[in-house]
Amino acid sequence: MSDATLSFDEALAKYDPVLGFEVHVELNTKTKMFDAAPNAFGDEPNANTTPVSLGLPGVLPMVNRTAVESAIKLGLALGCEIAPVSEFSRKNYFYPDTPKNFQTSQYDKPIAENGSIDIELEDGTVFTVDIERAHMEEDAGKLNHKGGAGRIQGAAYSLVDYNRAGVPLIEIVTRPIRGAGERAPELARAYVAAIREIVKNLGISDARMERGNVRCDANVSLMPKGTDALGTRTETKNVNSMRSVERAVRFEICRHAAVLDSGAKIVQETRHWHEDTRETTSGRPKSDADDYRYFPEPDLVPVVTDAEWIERLRAELPEPPAERRRRLKAEWGYSDEEFRDVVNAGVMDQIEETIASGASAAVARKWWMGEISRLAKQREVEPGELGISPVTVVELNQLIEKGEINDKIARKVLEHVLEGEGTPAEIVEQRGLAVVSDEGALSTAVDEALAAMPDVAEKIRGGKVQAAGAVVGQVMKATRGQADAGRVRELILQKLGVEG
Amino acid sequence: MSRTELVQLSAAAAAAKLAAGEVSSEELTRAHLEHIAATDGDAVDPADRSRGKTGLNAFLHVAEEEALATARGVDASRAAGDELHPLAGVPIAVKDNIVTRGMPTTAASRMLEGWLSPYDATVIAKVREARMPILGKTNLDEFAMGSSTEHSAFGVSRNPWDLDRIPGGSGGGSAAAVAAFQAPLALGSDTGGSIRQPASVTGSVGVHPTYGSVSRYGAIAMASSLDQIGPHARTVRDAALLHEVLGGHDPRDATSLKDPVGPYAAEAAAGAAEGGLRGLRVGVVQELLHAEGLQDGVSQRFRESLEALRAAGAEIVEVSLPHLKYSLGAYYLIMSSEVSSNLAKYDGVRFGARTLPEDGPVTIERVMAATRAAGFNPEAKRRIILGTYALSAGYYDQYYGAAQKVRTLVMRDFEQAFGQVDVLVSPTSPTTAFRAGEKVDDPLAMYLNDIATIPINLAGVPAISVPGGLAPENGLPVGIQFVAPVREDARLYRAAAGLEAALEAQWGGPLLGRLPATETLISARTEGAAK
Repeated sequence: MSDATLSFDEALAKYDPVLGFEVHVELNTKTKMFDAAPNAFGDEPNANTTPVSLGLPGVLPMVNRTAVESAIKLGLALGCEIAPVSEFSRKNYFYPDTPKNFQTSQYDKPIAENGSIDIELEDGTVFTVDIERAHMEEDAGKLNHKGGAGRIQGAAYSLVDYNRAGVPLIEIVTRPIRGAGERAPELARAYVAAIREIVKNLGISDARMERGNVRCDANVSLMPKGTDALGTRTETKNVNSMRSVERAVRFEICRHAAVLDSGAKIVQETRHWHEDTRETTSGRPKSDADDYRYFPEPDLVPVVTDAEWIERLRAELPEPPAERRRRLKAEWGYSDEEFRDVVNAGVMDQIEETIASGASAAVARKWWMGEISRLAKQREVEPGELGISPVTVVELNQLIEKGEINDKIARKVLEHVLEGEGTPAEIVEQRGLAVVSDEGALSTAVDEALAAMPDVAEKIRGGKVQAAGAVVGQVMKATRGQADAGRVRELILQKLGVEG
Repeated sequence: MSRTELVQLSAAAAAAKLAAGEVSSEELTRAHLEHIAATDGDAVDPADRSRGKTGLNAFLHVAEEEALATARGVDASRAAGDELHPLAGVPIAVKDNIVTRGMPTTAASRMLEGWLSPYDATVIAKVREARMPILGKTNLDEFAMGSSTEHSAFGVSRNPWDLDRIPGGSGGGSAAAVAAFQAPLALGSDTGGSIRQPASVTGSVGVHPTYGSVSRYGAIAMASSLDQIGPHARTVRDAALLHEVLGGHDPRDATSLKDPVGPYAAEAAAGAAEGGLRGLRVGVVQELLHAEGLQDGVSQRFRESLEALRAAGAEIVEVSLPHLKYSLGAYYLIMSSEVSSNLAKYDGVRFGARTLPEDGPVTIERVMAATRAAGFNPEAKRRIILGTYALSAGYYDQYYGAAQKVRTLVMRDFEQAFGQVDVLVSPTSPTTAFRAGEKVDDPLAMYLNDIATIPINLAGVPAISVPGGLAPENGLPVGIQFVAPVREDARLYRAAAGLEAALEAQWGGPLLGRLPATETLISARTEGAAK
């Protein structure tokens, strides 16, 4: 049964949306959070387990130092304070996805608190999102329900895979985000994109949303316009693509508005997002009375950080993505629109490398945004994954600048590079693609073309200079595109005694 | 040597005879296995393990083949002239809440009946590395929760001094085995006194090492912040030798200390030597001297021990631990809270027993509930419920939080006391062994038995129980507990060995030399039952 919704515009006319996000980031450490079992994706079920991952009697956890360093780096990148002493706690609940029937997490003493990040929307508008905390925890295993609706209730049986159990997670929790208005869905998407970009840039996560490396729980509530009290929120769980985050937030805004308009109350609950119907449905009721009986994990000692450790990690931080974008845009001299297109096409890194390898900013952009993007689209891959290296682009451009090939041939050379035929220079050499610059041969070709098209030649002589294009075309065809079109045109006009 | 002579050897004496080639490890191990067979009894009802065995019922599993194989291997290595650990070839028993590959580990619970651990506890790895034959797994209160072994799912163990009495708990199996010469050494775990109180009521020695000085990896957790593995032995020196095997940093245990191990046996030897206690300041804990329910005979033997200490050159000082009276309350909140979480994994989903609901739908929740209803005994359930309540939202500060504050106060009490004295001394248990069934229905009375042992676990300080003689009114052993500051386990061995030497000089030999032959007690009991 579908829920009633208001249109987005109607909803926004009456209410101000308030957002909040809990983003879980799976770290790419070699081993698990508390255990020496490999942290790897896609293996046989339960292959990546030890007695510790399985929670067998007698086992004890040990904290993964690399995971702690990743958490500190992320905390610093989010502008957080790093706690001198943080602590793990047990979150107790009975469910077979966690082998111990508790999850080891951080509760009242997280590793990082009180940060903020600037989120830039596509048109350049910047929202500041306050980060309440980022804390470390372990992932749960995966349940595979067989029979029924794919949920545990009604399933004939369920299989459990503990490969993911114990994989290090960092959960980033925002403070309530007000004032986004109609940009709320867009902000939701941009926020998740920014987190993804930050963790990728830090090298602490593979950040592949389709693998669940980055998972977003989106909280939405509405305040009637002109009021200031937070409404009841819903938490839409595991929205696992950036597009879905945007859509889910939009849907919840419209649904909340309809509920509130009807005079009913929003039920505080978790909601499930369905990409196929683009709707959320009610999950289990969630209330503040949910009792996980948190208490400090007695098997672990507190995580103590000192200034020296933190400063060493701070020094290792790469340039923040937003700062880097600002710097590159200024260095390259692109317009706002040009730069945004580059970012959206995902070729900023490639352009940076191409420029570093010796091409101009304009040339780099021309190739990556032009032919390479076109070829990538054709093959349904990202431009960066196509297999064209920045060095190839530079080589190609050098051949053009030396006059050995023209743009049209260069495009053909690219296709041969993709087929693995070698470097651009090798391909031009092997395939004999160099521009025909032999004046004699070119002159003969022009003569032949003019002879074949006497009526056109007549028009040109009569002053219709633009008709020369047809003859150029004929010559280019005869030379299999290897002639310099400009020179061909000059020859035609010269032979017909017309001023160009 | 006869079987009786072999089993009565201390670990140190046995090690010396092995090294000298006077006995083989196989002979020694076989003697202990035969003695276990002769004294542990047969199943009361082979179809019902819960009724235990007719004798001491100290062992839940005897690992005859493995123990003999290890022994023969040691003998072969010795013959080949290989370098061996001093305790190589000396057999040992293991409390059944410490996981062992190749033999069952049940924690004396139906919940783990039939489960086999795929890994060894760190202390087991160390015992194997020292090549000590493991005789088997000893009885305990289920998941180490109890003071009598009456809460074992596999029958109560018996006190070798009086088979109608309990051998203490939870480590009653290990203590009875050691006291009755079934094993020279045993491993125990101590969360609130589970090594020391059984040692006290069986006339043996038991040690709670400094928290973190012996790895807990592979000890089935009861209450993580209180659990500690330690040695059971018949002499202070033997306990010290075993402690040296067990101790040391373990990268698998985050609470493991990095301190060097020992020297414990050397300190024990120094304490036992003439004048070994000279200048030692011994604090008598006033609050424990006037404890509720302190038995007269216990009090009398304790005072005699103080005299013996004084005579050996120690200085006796009165000290106060003002927050001691809050220990029991704090302990039961912290312990039960941790228990409620540690025991959550026993749900029938991944390992161990699974019980299906008798009727109605077979859902995951109902299977977990049915398994836990059937698999845990009433004591385990009592503690799980108490702990679940104490951790509930809204009660945390009032219970768990408050208990942790008390814990800090108790720690400070100890720190202050150790500003004045080197070690503390008290009776280990306010009473001698009680009769089986006497307190099992009165949990509070049972809990009070642990008044002197529990503060030690709260503070994480090391403590030892040594025999203080037999209570005049019933002829049952009395235990004397020494406590040392954190990381000063060596000091403990010095003081305890000093008292042991002084008392044995008075008695004309070890207290356990007066233990009646277990076989005689068993046949008398069987005949009595037949009449």
